[in-house]
Amino acid sequence: MSVRSLPPDELVDAARSGNRRAIGRLLTLVERGGAVADAITDLTHPLIGGAHVVGITGAPGAGKSTLTGQLTRILPEMGLTPAVLAVDPSSPLSGGAILGDRVRMDGVAGEEVFIRSVATRGHAGGLALSVPGAVRVFDAVGFDPVIIETVGVGQVEVDVVGAADTAVVVVNPGWGDAVQANKAGLLEVADVFVINKADRPGANDTRRDLELMLDLSHMSGQEDESGYRPPIIMTTATDGSGVSNVWDAVQAHRAHLDATGKLAERRAARLRYEVANRVDAALGARITAALDGYDLDPDRSPAAHAENVVGLITLS
Amino acid sequence: MPEEHKIRVVLAKLGLDGHDRGIKVVARILRDAGIEVIYLGLRQTTESIVSAAEQEDADAIGLSMHNAGHLVLAPAMMAALDDADLDIPLIIGGIVPDVDVPVLQAAGVAAILGPGAPADEVVAAVRNAVAAAAT
Repeated sequence: MSVRSLPPDELVDAARSGNRRAIGRLLTLVERGGAVADAITDLTHPLIGGAHVVGITGAPGAGKSTLTGQLTRILPEMGLTPAVLAVDPSSPLSGGAILGDRVRMDGVAGEEVFIRSVATRGHAGGLALSVPGAVRVFDAVGFDPVIIETVGVGQVEVDVVGAADTAVVVVNPGWGDAVQANKAGLLEVADVFVINKADRPGANDTRRDLELMLDLSHMSGQEDESGYRPPIIMTTATDGSGVSNVWDAVQAHRAHLDATGKLAERRAARLRYEVANRVDAALGARITAALDGYDLDPDRSPAAHAENVVGLITLS
Repeated sequence: MPEEHKIRVVLAKLGLDGHDRGIKVVARILRDAGIEVIYLGLRQTTESIVSAAEQEDADAIGLSMHNAGHLVLAPAMMAALDDADLDIPLIIGGIVPDVDVPVLQAAGVAAILGPGAPADEVVAAVRNAVAAAAT
């Protein structure tokens, strides 16, 4: 019998004994959602060992995949067993996707590294809904760290913060000026900054803009009360320059989380976020069901209708 | 809420063959048909393709061949899949002379798509190969 058709509990056993097809299958089933995905979540949750989850985010073309690929080359040399979730967008029209992150990791990631490409499947925010479940599978199987590479994001897609212990934001020389750096959004949530393509002109200007932004965070009291200041690392990911410094910075951030008790705080917030998303999805289905049987009289106010529908849901 | 199962296809160029225009067109055709394409790019090996297919839990593998190496490369890929105990259908696209088509079919290739194959034929070949493998 093919590994692909094993029931969830046997798949989990096979995955934990190192069967890569079983791991791949579990990720597929988690991604599909529904009762089987829930069963896998129930099975894997008690097995998690607290893998460090690193989110890598930034604009399209910033070098997230190349940086991730280089990290997966140096981490096994340190005795670590990284897994990667590489998220790319689904077409809003067809639902299909071209998942091309592996191209940038080609020949970089060794055999011991597990890379999985994930399509957003209609979810905005830079990640796919299945990401927490997939991270849990990797953790339960024994991978550590788990690296989540988001889709190319703009300014407000900060889902990665809810999913990761350490958020790495990748920017490039010439990406903007000091005003851009102080706008709200992505830059506020970085634990580590990477200026990739640092061999290009303008890298030092970008560094100065980011330092200034961090100075202002300090002045306005927005800085972490323990004084943690996100470091700025310069890299040229295509040739690997600076990549080990990125990992050192991630480690330093992890040490900060451990020392201040913030790791537990972040993970509690992550669990709450995941549960909220699940409740949201479950209630969404009940809202749709309630509306399907509800007579929407156009002469009545939408506010009155909404109150009625809410009443129907809580009664059911 | 039962969702239709998305088909996931690994697309790659095997060996020394830099002609990747066709495979990029195929990737786009499949994307527009609602299929998830995991694109590996140029100069892959049978090992790298097997490894990606395992990790991605691929439903099918599509290889583009424009270097007249298909009589060697396609059977080599089939053998690598057999060795890894992967029962995933293999589809070959590119320049395959008519006389070679039965040879590749005999080697176990699920479908062969020539130049100018219309989009619906490409999509149907993938869907049919995946459906046949599932039964």
